Formats: sequence, C-alpha cells, structure tokens
Amino acid sequence: MKHFFKIVYCIAILCIADTSYAQRKTAVKAKTTTVNAGLKLPTGFHASIIARDLGVARHMAVNSKGDIYVKMDRVKNSGGIIELSNPADNGIARKKTVFGEYGGTGIAIKNGYLYASSNSNIYRYKLNADEQVEDTGKAELIVSGLLDRGQHNSKSIALDNDGNIYVNIGAYSNSCQEHDRENGSKGMDPCPILDSAGGIWQFKADKQNQTYGDGVRYATGTRNVVGLDWNNEINSLFVMQHGRDQIGTMFPQFYEAKYADEIPAEEMFLVKKGMNFGWPYCYYDPMQNKKLLAPEYGGDGKQVGRCAEMEKPVVAFPAHMAPDGLLFYTGNMFPEKYKNGAFIAFHGSWNRNVTGQEGYFVAFVPFKDGKPSGKWEVFANGFAGVSKIESTGDAKYRPCGLAQAPDGSLYVSDDNKGNIWRITYKGK
Amino acid sequence: MKKIIITGILCLLVVAYIFAQAKKQPLAQASIKRGQKVFESTCIVCHQKNGGGVPRLNPPLIKTKYVLGDKSQLVQIVLKGLNQPIEIEGETYNNVMPSFAQLTDEQIADVLTYVRNSFGNKASAVTPALVKAERAKTQ
Ligand code: HEC
Repeated sequence: MKHFFKIVYCIAILCIADTSYAQRKTAVKAKTTTVNAGLKLPTGFHASIIARDLGVARHMAVNSKGDIYVKMDRVKNSGGIIELSNPADNGIARKKTVFGEYGGTGIAIKNGYLYASSNSNIYRYKLNADEQVEDTGKAELIVSGLLDRGQHNSKSIALDNDGNIYVNIGAYSNSCQEHDRENGSKGMDPCPILDSAGGIWQFKADKQNQTYGDGVRYATGTRNVVGLDWNNEINSLFVMQHGRDQIGTMFPQFYEAKYADEIPAEEMFLVKKGMNFGWPYCYYDPMQNKKLLAPEYGGDGKQVGRCAEMEKPVVAFPAHMAPDGLLFYTGNMFPEKYKNGAFIAFHGSWNRNVTGQEGYFVAFVPFKDGKPSGKWEVFANGFAGVSKIESTGDAKYRPCGLAQAPDGSLYVSDDNKGNIWRITYKGK
Repeated sequence: MKKIIITGILCLLVVAYIFAQAKKQPLAQASIKRGQKVFESTCIVCHQKNGGGVPRLNPPLIKTKYVLGDKSQLVQIVLKGLNQPIEIEGETYNNVMPSFAQLTDEQIADVLTYVRNSFGNKASAVTPALVKAERAKTQ
C-alpha cells in the first residue's frame, strides 16, 4: 500500500513537472516574428550587433552621451573596462579607451561617477561635464577586501538615490555542505559562510577605503546574485538569485530526475533591509509554490520546516537558467507595456541533466507600481545559435549584461565571445 | 632445420601477440562502456556531455595535460577532488570539483579510461590496480 502511494505521488509529480514544462514552452513562443542579427524578437523590434569579440564582456553602463562602458572579466587581451562610442550614429560602437587593470563584473554610473568592481574591490572614477571618465588612471578605492574564493565571486553592484551602493557577495559554496558538492556531506548549521557572504551588503557610495566593518549586511540568504537593479518607481532594490545546483544528482532518493531538473526556481527578490531569503537551508519549488527545506538540512522534497519564515520570490523562473543581468526599463522608445518592466538576461543553464539546457535568452516581466503585472515571457532569443543545447559549449553566445541607452534602446552583452547587441523598436 | 624452428618460434610469437591484443581490446572496450555510465551519473553535470566543460566554471576534459598526462595524478584528482586556482590550458575555473572517493576502484578506472578515450582523446587505460595503489597513498 505504501508503495502504491509512492507511485501515485511520483506520477502526480511527473504530471505537474510536465505541465509546467509545457507552459514554459508556450511562453517561449510568444509572438516572435522578427529575426535580426540572429535574434528572434517580438514584432516591431529590431536588433543589430554594435560590437564584436570584445572578450568576456560582463555588465555595462551607458552615460548621458550614449557612450558605453563595458566591464570585462578577464584583463588578459581585453583590459578591465572598455569604453565604446555611441553607436546610434552609424550602428557601430568604436573602441575609445581601455583602462582599469582588474577583471570583474559590476559597473554603474551615478551622480557624476563611474563605479566598477573587481571580484573583491569597488572603485570609482570621476566623470567630466560630458560624462566621460576624467582620468582613467585615477581610481578611488571605495570598498576593498570582499571575499573572493573563486566560486560565485562576481561583485555586481547597484546604487540607490540616497548615497548607498549595494554589492552582491556570493556564497563560495553550493549548499554550505561540510564538503562542497560532495555526495552525502551534511549541511553546516548554522552556515558559517553567511557571516561574510551569501548576502547583499550596503556601503556608502562616496566614502573611500571601506571594508566589511563599514558596511551593513542589508539582506542575507542569497546564494549568488549577479543581476541586480534599483527600481526608481518604488525606490527599492531587486535582485535575481542563482538557485542551488545538483539537488537531483546528490539526492536521487527524494527527486525523480526530470522533476529535479525543474528545481529550484531562479528567483527574483524584492529586497528590503533585514530580509532573509533562506539559502542554504531552503530552496523554492516552483511546482509546489513553496520554500522547502533543503535535503542537506533534513528536507525530502515536501518538508517546509523553518522555511515558512523565509521571504518568497516576486517572480519564479525555471531552474538553472542563470540570470546574470537585471534592468528596469524606463526608456521611451519601447511600447507602453515595457515601461518600468524588468528585463532579465539569462546566461543559460549547464546542469539541467535530463531535460536539456535552457535559458540563453533575454526575458521580460511587465510591472505595475513595482509589482509584476503579468507572466514573464521570452523577449529576445537565439543567442545560442542552435535550437538544442546538450552541452553548454554548443551555445555560441551567452547573454550577461543589460543597459539602456539615452534613446531608450536596449543593449545586451555576451560574455562568451564579447558581442554587444542593440535592440530598438520601430513599430509595425 | 634451424631455420624452420626460428620461423616457427616467430610465428608463435606473432600469434601470441595478436591473441594478447585481441584480448586486451575487448577488455578496454568493456571498461570504456562501463565508464560512460559512471561519467553520465557523476561527471557529466559539470564537464558536460561533450566533455567541453562550462566556460570559466568547469574545465574541459579534451586533451588537457591532466587527462592525457600522469595517470597517478589523474586518479588523485578523482579521489581527492580539486579546488585550486590553477590554469588549465591557459584558463582558470571558478567551480570546485568534489572528491569521488566513494566510487569503487573499478568505477574510477572505468570512468578515467572512458574519459581518456572519448571527446577526441586517445590514451591508455587506467587499471583498478593503479586506483587501489593511489587510494592506499591517500589513507
Ligand atoms: C561539481 C562539478 C564537477 C564534477 C561533478 C566533476 N568535476 Fe572534474 N572538475 C571540476 C572543476 C571545477 C575542476 C577544476 C578545479 C580547479 O580549477 O581547481 C575540475 C577538474 C577536473 C580535471 C582536471 C582538469 C582538466 O580539465 O583536465 C579532471 C581530469 C576532472 N575534473 C575529471 C572529472 C571526472 C572524471 C569526474 C567524474 C568522476 C568529474 N571531474 C566530476 C568540476 C567537477
């Protein structure tokens, strides 16, 4: 009898997994008719490649004149920051300067300064009246000594309107096991990593030489956040978390392989001071719409336990798609539907073991008054260049950074080869 | 007469050699086949189906000096895992590789023989005896 219930449960779960997969497939097909520069876009949109083969191009910032600053992750052969000219004139962004001898991901412009991060420090450069870096050799060190142990080391940044800078300090671990990613190794409880990582830290944007002691752990329990953005409409921070890996391969006794590929969701969080999002103790199951106890902490795919108190996502996306860029669109070029909505660059998965890799696109979520007002949809697809991705290496390009130009067009960077796409709207 | 004996011995040697090869080949083939199963359940998640890895996260297993080089070192990587900021064919990788000491000597030999003979790699087999000897060193 016990076995009978187990079988019924498995069948039920498979059905749920299947329908959610089918729903996603229909979302993927959202009236994409235009194909430009290799991308499938909604009707009326147009794409072109404005820069090619820059290297490992991560996040971007655009000044008021339309020049683009690209943060590079590998200094070798490319330099740390590349300044490109405004491509609006002839469709090509020319390399103007290369500076900043450190690899990293974060870059942003605020109040007359360009901020950029290495994997352990945050710097800033003064901008002149044309919003160009005055002296590329003169970087002010704002924050230093942030933890970098390789894994999840991107120090992505966002700034608010009150003189603060927010930085992701990712956990150097998958699920805080005694032995990271090892079969059968227990989760540490409490997880010691959370003291110095696995959260969002807040620092003063205009004070030099800060380190951990000067900052505030603004929110905790975020495993790794690469995309984050300040939403000016409701004056709040939003972040995209990368959910934990390998739940199915490490705990096949609790999760059927196909179901395991769909958990945990990649989560969008609205972040307020003091919030706890639950890593490493909890993960979000998008089929059950619940934060559940992680198997390293005694979970079995059903138990909730302490996770009842953890913050929920405002949007849950399919598992493992790796959201690396987040941007709230405030431009005037795109149709009304896009105003104040969120674009998310999905880098693309590598550990969806049986259902095949997913992501490698830019998604969109409509927002109203700071809340999602509709389902997420695929906005720009085709970066991978192939329809079926079995191994990550099959994908030609992988979306990472997003930025908005003064004219309202959208830039998407790829960190595989270093191409940058410009997406514009011209109407029907 | 002497000539006939020498030719006979040579013939015997050749036949023995051919037999030895024929016996060796199916053995390696069987090991590769079993190794593929191990790879698919334990390594594929990071190193990917085509052995190409994930850019800047998990290294490729295609013609690297670790895969094709010293077999003892290769066995040690699987037994102990690897988490060092090392360069693999000129690139560094951010993820960690856990220990797979829980696999049997035969499973480790099989998976490494599979890796050394897949994705364009061609190299000699790894034996369970070598894994056993390397495991003894770690204890
Ligand atoms: C959780 C992810 C993960 C799993 C699972 C994994 N590896 Fe690795 N492997 C890595 C990473 C990351 C490195 C590089 C570590 C470093 O740079 O310190 C690596 C390095 C290696 C290397 C040496 C470098 C190279 O590319 O030649 C070999 C060989 C290797 N792994 C084989 C295997 C085999 C065989 C298995 C399965 C038994 C396996 N790995 C499972 C992540 C993984």
